[in-house]
Amino acid sequence: MFETLTAPLRHLGHVTINAIWRLGFASRFLAAILLQSGQSFRRLNLTIREVYFAGVLSLIIIVVSGLFVGMVLGLQGYNTLSRFGSADALGALVALSLLRELGPVLAALLFASRSGSAMTAEIGLMKATEQLDAMSVMAVNPIARVVAPRFWAGVISMPVLAALFNVTGIFGGYFVGVQLIGLDEGTFWSQMQNSVDLHNDVINGLIKSLFFGIAVTLIAVFEGYDATPTAAGVSSATTRTVVTSALVILALDFVLTAFMF
Amino acid sequence: MKRTTIDLWVGIFVAIGIAAVTFLSLKVANLTPQSAEASYPLYAEFDNIGGLKVKAPVKSSGVVVGRVASIELDTQRYLAKVTLSLDKRYQFSRDTSAEILTSGLLGEQYIGLVQGGDPDNLKPGERIDLTSSALVLEQLIGKFMLNFAEKGPAKEGSPAGSSGAQ
Amino acid sequence: MSQDDSFIEFRQVSFGYNDRPVLKDINLRIPRGKLVAIMGGSGSGKTTLLRLISGQYRAQRGEVLVDGQNVATMNARELHAHRRRMGMLFQFGALFTDLSVHDNVAFPLREHTQLPESMIADLVTMKLNAVGLRGTQALMPAELSGGMARRVALARAIALDPEIMLYDEPFTGLDPISLGVIALLIKKLNDALGTSAVMVTHDVHKSLEIVDHVYFVANGSIVAEGTPDQVRASDSPWVHQFVHGEADGPVHFAYPAQRSLADDLGLSGVRHV
Repeated sequence: MFETLTAPLRHLGHVTINAIWRLGFASRFLAAILLQSGQSFRRLNLTIREVYFAGVLSLIIIVVSGLFVGMVLGLQGYNTLSRFGSADALGALVALSLLRELGPVLAALLFASRSGSAMTAEIGLMKATEQLDAMSVMAVNPIARVVAPRFWAGVISMPVLAALFNVTGIFGGYFVGVQLIGLDEGTFWSQMQNSVDLHNDVINGLIKSLFFGIAVTLIAVFEGYDATPTAAGVSSATTRTVVTSALVILALDFVLTAFMF
Repeated sequence: MKRTTIDLWVGIFVAIGIAAVTFLSLKVANLTPQSAEASYPLYAEFDNIGGLKVKAPVKSSGVVVGRVASIELDTQRYLAKVTLSLDKRYQFSRDTSAEILTSGLLGEQYIGLVQGGDPDNLKPGERIDLTSSALVLEQLIGKFMLNFAEKGPAKEGSPAGSSGAQ
Repeated sequence: MSQDDSFIEFRQVSFGYNDRPVLKDINLRIPRGKLVAIMGGSGSGKTTLLRLISGQYRAQRGEVLVDGQNVATMNARELHAHRRRMGMLFQFGALFTDLSVHDNVAFPLREHTQLPESMIADLVTMKLNAVGLRGTQALMPAELSGGMARRVALARAIALDPEIMLYDEPFTGLDPISLGVIALLIKKLNDALGTSAVMVTHDVHKSLEIVDHVYFVANGSIVAEGTPDQVRASDSPWVHQFVHGEADGPVHFAYPAQRSLADDLGLSGVRHV
């Protein structure tokens, strides 16, 4: 009887301790990656290869999603703004929402589910098939050879993808606002330029995406490296990457926004 | 052989990134009078700035000539001290007047500069002496009601007077 | 075997995961230039033994000496040097799936030497030729059969001409022909390179044909040892069970359950009524 009452409590305690333990391990893992990063830059082709997989292959999904998000912003923004007679400010609305929030956050969420999960699965499978063991037995550090190049590729790719998401989103908004609805093209751009500030909006948005890139890629490579080396272990690690990344992105976004704006 | 294709793609990827950031800075944001070299400061004191914000535009004849750099309260005289950062290309005479205006009925507030007739121009860091404060809607309505109640001499005081905030 | 010429030596080695002991007071010797097999059932701790030699695990008690150096207390640099003179063949080859056969075999050469690409290509060709797979350079690991993958992995393991070779279950999951090929290659390469080799396996008959000495591991201890001929003639119940593949014997068929079968089926109470 007592047993059944305390069981959920004990489970909660176990989960909490486990989470803290993993957080500590992840921090140590980040330190190890940073220490072992020399090779990622000395042998740049290792990192370039990973930029190809993490960044270039995400281009399509980023461009298409950015375009649609911008178009939706254009439609919804026009509906709301026209009620207050300020449809002229549509350009500003689209650009500011993208640059400050939607661009970095959505690009990071897409990146986590497209490239982050792929990284986890790849590293997890390398672990499950003893490729990481084989590497370390060959006196090659898997963190330096496998993990660090992927980490840096993610950190480099994320701001590029976010910037691209912003640009395509703005064009999506432009397409809906100017081409479909028929707002004045000059007003659209000048309203945007008047209200968007280079440092406050553009640069801060990119700094956000840099933080997201670090967080998502760290989660992805950590989950892969820490995965239970079985098929089930790798698949649950992949799921965890996407879920944890999404939560961390949103929480981090709140913290960064509070600091920046 | 495979590596060169990847290199090419990554090169394209980086180029797209640079192009995107350039587009965002040039076309979306206004990279104009931001640097300290191309601008000079002036300041002006107002009884009441209403809803004026830092980075609000400074316009002359509707043309943006600078931005509000900072707003603070002068605790000696209890006036709002507004520092303007103006584009070096635009010089104003010593008797220029500054007023706080609103774009549209409910739009953002900005500072309008009206050129005077003095042959000498304001030097960086100097003060614009002639200012008129923001129109505060509540006060305006209050005054109107007062005048309406008194009914008598309707031309008592124009509501846009410079020291209306007493 | 002679006491003084041991290249790899375990002295009173114990190891466990958390509080579950895996190996208890292991003593064994592997002489220079010999091929030694460690046999035992699944879960008997023989792969752990191999990982203690490669330095993937550290012995909790005792010494694992390789050429006079204790692997258990090596620092990072010593371990690096130790691993550079060691080659290891993993259970399923562990080829890097994103690299071609050529790049796989070239991997240790590229990581540890500054040789020009043309020389690396020649070395890779020679190593692949040694395992009979010259001409497969451009293939990806997914295009290889299990036996071929194992041979490519062997070529990769010997790329830097190691002094120590470790084989982790080299015969698992192979058809009889591939198995014979791998066994022949292991024997041939060992003789040609003069490496000291440890092979962990549960394939008795093929191993007895090629090894110089056999240790039997069960329940974390060494239960028997000897040359192949001694093993075949042995009357030890362990060896007998293993060599003849008997289901029950010193290694029990049944999991040591806490309760009797009757208890589990709820029959014990019935009997008393």
